[in-house]
Amino acid sequence: MQKQQDLEVRNLAAELGEEDSLRDKALRLCRENKLAVFSLLVILLIALAAIFAPAVAPYDPNKQDLLNRMQGMSLAHPFGTDQLGRDVLSRMIYGARISLLIGLAPTGISMLLGTALGLMSGYLGKTVDFIIMRLADITMAFPSLLLAMVVMYTLGSGIINIFLALTLVSWAGTARVVRAQTMSLREKEYVEAARSMGVGSFTTMIRHILPNCMPSLIVLFTLNIPGSILSESSLSFLGIGAQPPDTSWGLMVSEGKDYLFTNPVIAIAPGVAILVLALAFNFLGDGVRDVLDPYTKQTIP
Amino acid sequence: MKIERLTTQFHTAKGVTSPVNDVSLEIPRGAIVGLVGESGCGKSMTAMSVLQLVRKPGKITAGRILLGGRDLLQASPREMRQIRGNEISMIFQEPMTALNPVYPVGRQVREAILLHQKVSRREAEDRVVEIFRECGIPEPEKRYHDYPHQLSGGLRQRVIIAMAMVCRPDLLIADEPTTALDVTIEAQILRLMKRLREEQGTSILIITHNMGVMAQMCDYVYVMYAGKVMEQAETFELFERTAHPYTQGLLRSIPRMDRPAERLYSIRGVVPNLLHLPEGCSFCARCERAAEACRTVPPELIEVAPGHKVRCHRCQEGGDGHGA
Amino acid sequence: MAKKIIYRILISIPVLVGVVLVIFLMLQVVPGNPVAIMMGEHIKQDVIDRMTEMYGLDQPVLVQFGRYFLNMLHGDFGVSYKLNRSVTSLIMDAFPYTVKLAVAAAVVAWLIGIPAGILSAVKKNSLVDRMFMGVSLLGVSMPVFWAALLFQYVFAYYLGWFPVSGVDGGIRSYILPAIVLGWSSAGTIARLTRSNLLEALEEDYIRTAWSKGLSQFGVIVGHAFKNALLPVVTMMAIQVASLLSGAVITETVFAIPGIGRLAVSAISNRDMPLLQGTVIFTTALIILGNLIADVLYSVIDPRIRTD
Repeated sequence: MQKQQDLEVRNLAAELGEEDSLRDKALRLCRENKLAVFSLLVILLIALAAIFAPAVAPYDPNKQDLLNRMQGMSLAHPFGTDQLGRDVLSRMIYGARISLLIGLAPTGISMLLGTALGLMSGYLGKTVDFIIMRLADITMAFPSLLLAMVVMYTLGSGIINIFLALTLVSWAGTARVVRAQTMSLREKEYVEAARSMGVGSFTTMIRHILPNCMPSLIVLFTLNIPGSILSESSLSFLGIGAQPPDTSWGLMVSEGKDYLFTNPVIAIAPGVAILVLALAFNFLGDGVRDVLDPYTKQTIP
Repeated sequence: MKIERLTTQFHTAKGVTSPVNDVSLEIPRGAIVGLVGESGCGKSMTAMSVLQLVRKPGKITAGRILLGGRDLLQASPREMRQIRGNEISMIFQEPMTALNPVYPVGRQVREAILLHQKVSRREAEDRVVEIFRECGIPEPEKRYHDYPHQLSGGLRQRVIIAMAMVCRPDLLIADEPTTALDVTIEAQILRLMKRLREEQGTSILIITHNMGVMAQMCDYVYVMYAGKVMEQAETFELFERTAHPYTQGLLRSIPRMDRPAERLYSIRGVVPNLLHLPEGCSFCARCERAAEACRTVPPELIEVAPGHKVRCHRCQEGGDGHGA
Repeated sequence: MAKKIIYRILISIPVLVGVVLVIFLMLQVVPGNPVAIMMGEHIKQDVIDRMTEMYGLDQPVLVQFGRYFLNMLHGDFGVSYKLNRSVTSLIMDAFPYTVKLAVAAAVVAWLIGIPAGILSAVKKNSLVDRMFMGVSLLGVSMPVFWAALLFQYVFAYYLGWFPVSGVDGGIRSYILPAIVLGWSSAGTIARLTRSNLLEALEEDYIRTAWSKGLSQFGVIVGHAFKNALLPVVTMMAIQVASLLSGAVITETVFAIPGIGRLAVSAISNRDMPLLQGTVIFTTALIILGNLIADVLYSVIDPRIRTD
C-alpha cells in the first residue's frame, strides 16, 4: 500500500504534467533547495576570487616581510601573516586556484576516462568487460590516498602529477556506474531497435546510451569534486603534492602546523577554506541528486 | 462492524483529494462483504483507514468506525495496537513481499500471538503449527523454520492468512487476497477463507476488482468509484437487478463462457483524477447514459429496493435502470 | 552458499596479484638506480654495482617480480634501504598501533553513525534529521589533517585534556586521533543507515508488521532494522579501507608510529622496499576485509544462506 500509494501520487503528478524538463528541474532545485543555491553562490564567489586573484588579493602572496612575521589577525592582515611575513589571506586567494583546478580538472578527466571505459565494458561485454572490470577491481582495492602517494613517489611532486595521480585513482567508480547503466539500457527496446536497423556500436553508445547516463554522471561529477579537493590537500599536506612557490591550501596548513601553538590562524584558516569549498560541492551535489536522480542510493564514499 | 460516513483525505501540494469520501459500510457478524471497483477507486484506502494505517499526507478527517459499539477513531494508539491483528486483521495483496524476508515464517506468525495473548513461546509455537495445518500448509513443523523465499506464492499466502487468523479476529479484511496467484491456487485460498468463516464465524471484508471472486464469495457487495459508494446490494440482487451504469459496465467486462465470443466490453475512459472530479456525478464523463443533471448535480445514495441503494440520477428518476 | 564463498575467495586472488604487480611496476619506473638514490652521490660505482646485485636489481623485471611475490607469500617484503631492517619486522612493529587506532575509530564511527542514521530516518525531514545530515556532510567534507590539528590545538594544547601527540599516554593518546579519524566515517555510516532504513520502511512487510499490532518501536527494531543493517555490514569493509587510508594522516599528525606513518617516512626517505611493503600490506588487509564482509553478508542474509 505504501509503495502503491507513492506510485499513485507519482502517477498523479505525471498526469498533471509534472514530468519536468532539465530546465524545469534546475528551476525546481533553485526554488526548493536554498542550501544548494547558496552553495553554488559560495563556489562562484571562490571561483571569481581565484580567477581575479591579482586584483582581489591585498598583497603579493610571495612577498616576504620579515619584520611583520607571525602577525595575528588584524585589519591590515585579516588572517595574519605567516613565518615569512607573507599575507595569509592573499596566499589563500591564490591557493584557491589550485584547489578549484584540482577539484574540477582531474575529476573531469577521470569521469571522461571512466565513462568511456564503462560504456565499452557494458556495451561490448565479454573479454573487454572482463579486462576493464578486473582493472577496476584492482584500482578500487587500493586505499586511494596510498595509491596516489605511490604515484606521486614515482612521478615526483608537482601539480601536473597530482592530476595524473588523482585521475588514475578515481576512474574506476565512474566506470562501474556507467557500465551498470549501459548494461540495463542495452536491453531497452529503443536501443535494440537502433541496433536492428544497423546503427553501429559507437553511434549507439554515443547517441542512445550516453544521454541516458547523463543525470547520474552530473551527480557523480559534483559529488566527486570534494573528494579530489580533499585528496590534493592531503597530498600537499604530506609534502608530496603542490610544492613551493605554488600555493595550495593543503600546503599552507602543512607549513602552518609547525607554528600551531604560537599562531594557530595560519594553519586553521586555509583548512576552513578547504572545508567550505568541499562542503559547498557536497551540498550542491546532494541537491542536484535529489532533483536529477532521486532513486539512486549513492552515498559519498 | 459498521463504518459511518468515513472520509480520508490527502493534503498534497496540488490540493486536497478524498480517496475515501463519505463511505458507509456495514459488515454483519459472520458475513462476507465485498468491496469492488477499479484500481485507484479508494477501496484499499478504505481498508487502511479501518486499521488506521493511512500514511502521511493522508488523514482520516470524518466519520466513525464502530466495532461492537466502540468507535475505533476515538481509541488511543495503544488500544488500536491491541485491536490490530487481534480483533481486526488484514491479508494483503502481495504474498511475495508481505512477509519479512529475513525471518522464518513461523516466527512471524508467532509474533502475532505473543503480541496479543499471554502464552509461552512453546505454546505459541504449537499454536502456529496448528493454524498452519488448518490453513492447509503441508508439513507445518518443517515449514515453520522456512524463510519466505523458500515457499511458493500459494504457500506464502496461506502463511499470511494463518498470521491473520491466528488470533481469531472478529473481522478479517482481505485486500485482493488472490490477485497475485494463479487460478487453481486462487480457488483453494477462497475455499479456505470460506471454511474459516464457517468454522469460526469471522466476518470478512473482501476487497477485489474481480467480479468473479465477488460473485463466488460475497453475501453483500458495495461498488466503489472515485472514493464513493455507487451501489450496494445483496450479491444476487446486484447481479440480477444491476442499477448503476458503472456496475453494469463492470459486470459486462467479465469474459463469459456461456455466450458466443464477442469483443470483450470495457468501460470507456479511465478513472478520473481525484483532484479534478466533475461537479456532478463523478462517473458522468464515462457514463453512456449521462444527462445534463449528471454533470451539474451530485447524486445521492437512494434506496431503490429493500437493501439495494444506488447513487445515480438516471436510476432514481423512474427506475428505468432496473434490470437494464 | 559454500560455492559462493569459495568463488568469492577465488576472485580475490587475481586482485591481490594485480595489486602487487601494479605497485611493483609503478615503483620500477622511478627514474635512476634506487641504490644510488638511497646512498647519495658520493659513493663509488663498484659499491653501487655490488649493492645492486645484492638486492637483485640487475635481473629482468619479471624475474624480480616473481621472486618478490614468492618471498611475499612467505611473509618477506625485503629489506628497507634506509633502516637496514626487514620490512616485515618494521610492519609488524607498527601494525598494533594502526590496529588500535583503526578499531577505536571504527567504534567511534559506529557509535555515532548508526544511532544518528536511525534517528534521522525515524524523524525524517525533521530538524534533527536536517541537523544530523548537515553534520555528517561536514564530517565528509572536512580535511582530516586539518581536523586533527584543530583538535590537537583545542583539546590537547588549549584545554590540556589529552596528550598532544605520541602514544605514551596509553588509551588517552588514542582518543583524539580516533575521534578525528572516526568522525568522517560516522558521517558516511549515518547517511547509509538512514537511506537503508527509509527504504526498508517502505516495504510491504512493514505494513504487515503494523497490521499485526506492533508498536512503532517493534516495527522499526523488529522488522526494518535487520533488513536495513544488512547492507551496512558491507559498509564495514569499505570503512576499513577509508580508516586505513585516513590513518596515514592521523598517524602523521599525532605522531603515532603506525603503518601510515611508516609509509610517509618511506616516501620522504625514498625507501622503495618499505613503501612497497606498507602499501601492499595495507591493500591486502583491505581485500581481506572486503572478503570477510561479503562472506559475513551471505551468512547473515537468509536469502543467500539458504540458497
